[in-house]
Amino acid sequence: MSDLPLADRSITEVARALRDRQTTARALTDACLARIDRDAERLNTFLALDADAARRAADEADAALARGEGSDRPLLGIPYALKDIFVTRAVDWDGGELPGGLPTTAGSLILEGYRSPYASAAQEAFERAGAILLGKTNCDEFAMGSSNENSAYGPVRNPWDESTVPGGSSGGSSAAVAGGQAYFALGTDTGGSIRQPASLTGTVGLKPTYGRVSRFGMVAFASSLDQAGPFTRTVRDAALVLGALAGYDPRDSTSVDTPVPDYAAALTGEVRGLRIGVPREFFVAGMEPGVESAVRAAIDVLRELGAEIVEVSLPSTDRGLATYYIIAPAEASANLARYDGVRYGVSAGAGELWENYERTRGSGFGDEVKRRIMLGTYALSAGYYDAYYVKAQQVRTLIKDEFDAVLADVDALLAPTSPNVAFKIGAKMDDPLAMYLNDACTLPVNIAGLPGISVPCGLSEGLPVGLQVIGRAFDEATILRVADAYERAAGFAELRPPTARSGGEPVSA
Amino acid sequence: MAITRADVEHVAHLARLHLTDEELDRMQTQLSRILEAIETLRDVDTSHVGPTASVIQLENVMRDDVATGPMPRDVTLANAPLRDDPFLRVPTVLEEGR
Repeated sequence: MSDLPLADRSITEVARALRDRQTTARALTDACLARIDRDAERLNTFLALDADAARRAADEADAALARGEGSDRPLLGIPYALKDIFVTRAVDWDGGELPGGLPTTAGSLILEGYRSPYASAAQEAFERAGAILLGKTNCDEFAMGSSNENSAYGPVRNPWDESTVPGGSSGGSSAAVAGGQAYFALGTDTGGSIRQPASLTGTVGLKPTYGRVSRFGMVAFASSLDQAGPFTRTVRDAALVLGALAGYDPRDSTSVDTPVPDYAAALTGEVRGLRIGVPREFFVAGMEPGVESAVRAAIDVLRELGAEIVEVSLPSTDRGLATYYIIAPAEASANLARYDGVRYGVSAGAGELWENYERTRGSGFGDEVKRRIMLGTYALSAGYYDAYYVKAQQVRTLIKDEFDAVLADVDALLAPTSPNVAFKIGAKMDDPLAMYLNDACTLPVNIAGLPGISVPCGLSEGLPVGLQVIGRAFDEATILRVADAYERAAGFAELRPPTARSGGEPVSA
Repeated sequence: MAITRADVEHVAHLARLHLTDEELDRMQTQLSRILEAIETLRDVDTSHVGPTASVIQLENVMRDDVATGPMPRDVTLANAPLRDDPFLRVPTVLEEGR
């Protein structure tokens, strides 16, 4: 047993305690709910919560455990949270409110009060695995942002220092896992929205290969880039959650029908025999020196463990940002056309149809979402389509081909996750380009559709730094193996914000 | 590339977005800066490169041709901001006399 408070332990540790009857699902749930309650105003992590429903589910899990069940439900009794971009069923079959159903907002005013008539594939997968849904976490509106400041429901604050951001767009999920409010949380990653907030909050964040996890019931941002994945406190926990989540789903036409390996079995702790590349272009200009030195030290740890480390080159890396900021907004402008104020969501109530569209969307979307709709619409508009959209898709081919060529020679890549540690709330809000640069090291991975994981590799200026491990398509097993071996050797798995041990009281107001 | 105020208004119209004067001004400045950064792609030689729309090469993904029941009407209408059961209410599309 670690000496961490119950709410701050890993899934692996509390699952063992559950099986050994040393704790209960109810105790785990109450521990999370107490933290959520304690820090509700301070962190602003949850947008919807049903404590009673969570306690009932916990009691059912405890009854199942008492009957000796659960060997086929790997997350039985484990409390978790979903980013509020995954729909959760909240409408009964007669059109009324489903008891215990949670609304879905995607962080947007335009979906305020929206109650989904169906469950996302993620909610179903975790229900099958026995996990207990606590609530829905705050996020940047429609997952567009790198700081969680674009939520219509207020920014999330980083448990490490509440004057700083928790990263984004899955900032509520990263802060919830870092702050002892959930044993794991699901996020989405279109350009770095799982890995970057994981890096900024000292958690593990895994973006699986495009096609590995069903996107059914995930509010769409950029359909060729979006992917769902977990935030956890250890790499082993990430392997466990991915195992419950991954697999083919006929309801998502981009989901790929390929077997799901036993990810935990890949965690051998051994990296001898692996050849791992360090792409020099990922150490971008403007990177903080404390981040660079932590990442270089992590690479040395893996070399000492016996991995063969080689420098490699991905020359088109610096084209990633421009490519992404054409493709993602173009896809977003098409996906967000569905918010018309007629079928669901809020309506401005104008008397004439076209005016109602424009007023509803003008008042329902926030600044960043409008900016991206405008950028995407421009890139797709007559006269600019070839110069912007087709050009970006061609550069996408170059970026993907470079990754494929390098990954034919090495088993995985090591890089920084974010060029900086958590920054102050408000510091980059007036400069969209400075904000976009946060994802310079993560978005090329989405462009190529590859899996990537961020694992804590120490602190710089008292704030967490993340090491990114990137792998071949559908080879999550190897990046989990590398990240786990590093985590075991480096000893940052019990890194927690100072408030975790502060005896129930926030360190500052 | 700097874009004009007229460009911004045109694109806002295409996107069915009502923007205030202040928003149009800010959008013009910010989009111009972002487009300037994006235009660095012009230097990349892509003369012999095909476009990638999706990284996974799936084609013609079809579901089995099996009929399933529809979602109940009341469930479909549950989130409609304006309804007149059993219909969705839509603002005026065509003015009288046109």
